[in-house]
Amino acid sequence: MIYREAGQFKSSYGADQAIFPIRQDRIALVILLALAVVAVPLFAAPYWLETILVPFLVFSMAAIGLNLLTGYCGQLSLGTGGFMACGAFFAYKLSTAFPELHIVLVFLLSGLGTAFVGILFGIPSLRIKGFYLAVATLAAQFFLVWMFNKFPWWNNYSPSGVISAPPRALFGDIYLTGIQATPEIKYSFLLVFVAVMALVAKNLTRSRIGRTWMAIRDMDIAAEIIGIRPLVAKLSAFAISSFYIGISGALWAFIYTGSVEALAFDINRSFQVLFMIIIGGLGSILGSFLGAAFIVLLPILLSNAPTALGLEISVELISHMEFMIFGALIIFFLIVEPHGLARLWQIGKEKLRLWPFPY
Amino acid sequence: MPVRTLSIWITGVPLAIGAIGFAFSLMASLNPSFFFTWPYFLEVLSAGLLQGVMYSLVALGFVLIFKASSVFNFAQGSMVLFAALTMVGLIEMGLHWTLAFVVTAGVMVLLAIAIERIVLRPMVNQPHIIMFMATIGIFYFLDGFGQTIWGSNVKILDIGIPKDPIFVLTGLVEGGMLVNSFDLVAAIVGAILVAILAVFFQYTRIGRALRAVADDHQAALSVGIPLKTIWVVVWSVAGIVALVAGIMWGGKAGVQFTLALIALKALPVLILGGFTSIPGAIVGGLIIGAGEQVAEVFLGSLVGGAIQDWFAYMLALVVLLFRPQGLFGEKIIERV
Amino acid sequence: MNLRKLGLVALGAALLVGGISAPPALAAETQYFPSLVYRTGPYAPNGVPFANGYSDYLLMLNERDGGINGVKVEVQECDTAYNNDRGVECYERLKGSGQSEPTLFNPLSTGITYALIERARADGNNIVSGGYGRADASDGRVFPHVFTLPITYWAGADSMIQYVRAQEGGSLKGKKIALVYHDSAYGKEPIATLERLAGEEGYTFSKFPVAHPGLEQKATWLQIGRQLRPDWVFMWGWGVMNSTAIKEAASVGFPMEKFVGIWWSASEADVIPAGDSANGYKALGFHGVGAGFPVHADITKHLYGKGMGAGKETVGDVLYNRGMFNAVVASEAVRIAQGKFGKRALTSKEVNWGLNNLEISNARWAELGMPDFARGIKISCADHEGAGSSYVQQWDGKTWSKVSDWIAPNNSALRPAYESSAAQYAKENNIAMRDCK
Repeated sequence: MIYREAGQFKSSYGADQAIFPIRQDRIALVILLALAVVAVPLFAAPYWLETILVPFLVFSMAAIGLNLLTGYCGQLSLGTGGFMACGAFFAYKLSTAFPELHIVLVFLLSGLGTAFVGILFGIPSLRIKGFYLAVATLAAQFFLVWMFNKFPWWNNYSPSGVISAPPRALFGDIYLTGIQATPEIKYSFLLVFVAVMALVAKNLTRSRIGRTWMAIRDMDIAAEIIGIRPLVAKLSAFAISSFYIGISGALWAFIYTGSVEALAFDINRSFQVLFMIIIGGLGSILGSFLGAAFIVLLPILLSNAPTALGLEISVELISHMEFMIFGALIIFFLIVEPHGLARLWQIGKEKLRLWPFPY
Repeated sequence: MPVRTLSIWITGVPLAIGAIGFAFSLMASLNPSFFFTWPYFLEVLSAGLLQGVMYSLVALGFVLIFKASSVFNFAQGSMVLFAALTMVGLIEMGLHWTLAFVVTAGVMVLLAIAIERIVLRPMVNQPHIIMFMATIGIFYFLDGFGQTIWGSNVKILDIGIPKDPIFVLTGLVEGGMLVNSFDLVAAIVGAILVAILAVFFQYTRIGRALRAVADDHQAALSVGIPLKTIWVVVWSVAGIVALVAGIMWGGKAGVQFTLALIALKALPVLILGGFTSIPGAIVGGLIIGAGEQVAEVFLGSLVGGAIQDWFAYMLALVVLLFRPQGLFGEKIIERV
Repeated sequence: MNLRKLGLVALGAALLVGGISAPPALAAETQYFPSLVYRTGPYAPNGVPFANGYSDYLLMLNERDGGINGVKVEVQECDTAYNNDRGVECYERLKGSGQSEPTLFNPLSTGITYALIERARADGNNIVSGGYGRADASDGRVFPHVFTLPITYWAGADSMIQYVRAQEGGSLKGKKIALVYHDSAYGKEPIATLERLAGEEGYTFSKFPVAHPGLEQKATWLQIGRQLRPDWVFMWGWGVMNSTAIKEAASVGFPMEKFVGIWWSASEADVIPAGDSANGYKALGFHGVGAGFPVHADITKHLYGKGMGAGKETVGDVLYNRGMFNAVVASEAVRIAQGKFGKRALTSKEVNWGLNNLEISNARWAELGMPDFARGIKISCADHEGAGSSYVQQWDGKTWSKVSDWIAPNNSALRPAYESSAAQYAKENNIAMRDCK
């Protein structure tokens, strides 16, 4: 009824190619963003901002990055944690060596640095495919974490190897990192930053380069035959994906936890981000957000649920149950909809367009 | 395996070992702080080879399942943990360990049936990455399930394997060469297991059917091989292999949550040997085991140590650059 | 999946979310002790006894004395699985969920401590990282809200050297000492101290990192046992790394009597899986071992006798006693603060005063039913370590027993190191040092 596009005519190529071609979608998006920007920081409890929304946004960034590589270009990677560590430590070195550098610039530069590392570890992808490549990216994962852990230069010779984000202002004395930063500032900044980066990513995938990635994903030999250079396509995917992942690592260290050691970016982090894109939907920017929300929220919901429902269960059992339910839900979702939450969303929308008269 | 390949291996391996040893001794003569003696080198090498067998035990389970169903079973690690937990739990209830072994094997078969029914069957024909993801789901479920039932305390699994160090060749070299008796037993068990698997695949009806399925699903179906039964059998065998690996690893380190993480040690073994080859898993295990021990002992101190985790992956990566399907994997042929 | 199912799932999720945000009921006279625990995950075997000891002692106060001076005790646990981001989430969840302001937090992991220090500073919460965390946080001028009592890793390293020096007859000149450590923030803490002492004492020091989780130590121990052959090996290990290290040490024939672990490599869960090969293994401890203290009888009588308590089989474990130690510190801080602010539920700030003025003398330990359980601790505004001592305990195959006197760390050398490190931290993070004069 409300969700009907009858009467919306497109009179230009621009309108036809828009990311949100349906007017209701655009309105909904504007309302959602308005709510997220204005209402959430005003009304949400700090607990929600600090422990759910901030990590959700940081993870969304990482998931977008991995989705560009795995979902769009078809290169399975388990090195996400290592690349996040790159971003975090590059940002730390940059911001401590050049304190006058603006923090946003630091984030972008650390992403750029990670992109180079990504290209380096992407080179084997020209020869290795599929699961073999996935395991090969684990080499990057283990090597990078080891390197940041091992050489004290990376953490400015701190005796324990932990880096703490130095206080840096967004502008004036509105601090984004460090002690003075409030959850509201962190959240608002992340929201805008991630939204812009997501928009860039979405447009990338609709551009020439995104299309070459998808051609490589669908059949790399065929793509090569029609004139796509695998070298350029694969390495650009690695570079841009690492750029996003590196920034997310920097955000993790600087805005979410405030202090990290290299081990925080271990192999589990890689798997976590991989879950997000598979649950959310491979080859979908929206899916990256949905997947991140699912993976961040689910464990918290599960561990809060018994107390919220008034059940007296020991913490131990809750954690074990959490594992079981988490595993079972992953299997359940994959059986019901292997293409992820983004696909579910799409199906829902299709149905809504016809509702209430499906025939 | 053709005679030519075999002879390359037989001559190549000692040569390679000798060359590495010689390179190290050269380094030692150039740099006095670099410690190297031949007996010590061989001792490290043998310890690494025995360690490698332990990796192979875990890698075998992966290979079995990948061969028959092209599923990369990430849950193998937690199957090892689950099997070991169940076995310890049964022993603690007063069963003799042989009986506990049999019962646990039964449990693993039940588990295989459940996995086939609940997870694999509804997901036939899905892309590999989705199946992979589903096994990660199994990984989490089993981790939680095992600990819910058996608790998360460290448990001791002792079935009487000796643990004392033995010194061999005491007459030949000064101080002798140290060999760990537990690792030796583990290596023998591993060898027996591989022999049994080889016989099973080569000479039994089900084994032949398994090989047919591994070669071509559709061709196998068309000659009347029941795919679903085969899957149950393969997962059961993988479960029992996991049990053996669990006993060995559990005996070494105690049975606890961390056991599930040894799957990560099996991955470089797998890619080095090739996902589809049982001999590959064995040889890959030996190469990775020996390579990472030698690297950690002789090179690790130069860069600060703890390099063996990534060294194994780097070693595998280098091999992949030359053979993208691993040492023994089937050649990947792609057509448009 | 059709729309109806989708709707059901959405409804279920909404119900859950709605349920969580329900505010807890308010009651005035309950003191709230949040407890970050890890009863699951790779380190659960170590986390469980600690969590049991902590909650058992506090809840026993309720049963035996009716609370702390009549103020009931409330304990809420949250499972971190020894995972830093889960730790942050737990902290954020627990800090507002009690019936009073949170007394103090035991992050129970060096990594989580690092992540919480600045959050807790901003929120005005207290952190007690007893025997772990940032060693330089014992400078109370920079860290008014963090307490490293009774002893830090640096002091632990110093005590170990004192112990082996005494064993070697007063001099370590020409001796070889190796450190096997968990390759993380935690394991790296003692290196600086041991390197400094190597210069002063004249021993050669070599270090062997072990990658997380520590199942792989064959190469490490081949190097130690067959190549380096040190006189002493120290260990900063955790979880499965400890038992694996003991096994591998035995398999290269390294004598257990020369193998000394830090207090986190000193529990039953570390030695029992190694079986007989662990006999003779030594470790530091900063509190009594065994279940023979009068307070254990109280816990058994008042909790387990009434069918309560967290886990009977863990009573008297080394880490159970450590949980109790931390619970004593927390409850004594509340008691001391009550002396100033009145016998009611206290705010975090009031507890902070109590912690800053905490004193548990040897006589007080005895009064609490724990004679010679730990050395006297006295916290001052500047010194948040409290001059605690440790001793060496040894495993004989069945129990841990105390085999040395209390060893006081050489604080005159350590103190300047804490202060310079803390001062640098303050400078990097624009923190104004408080004046302790």
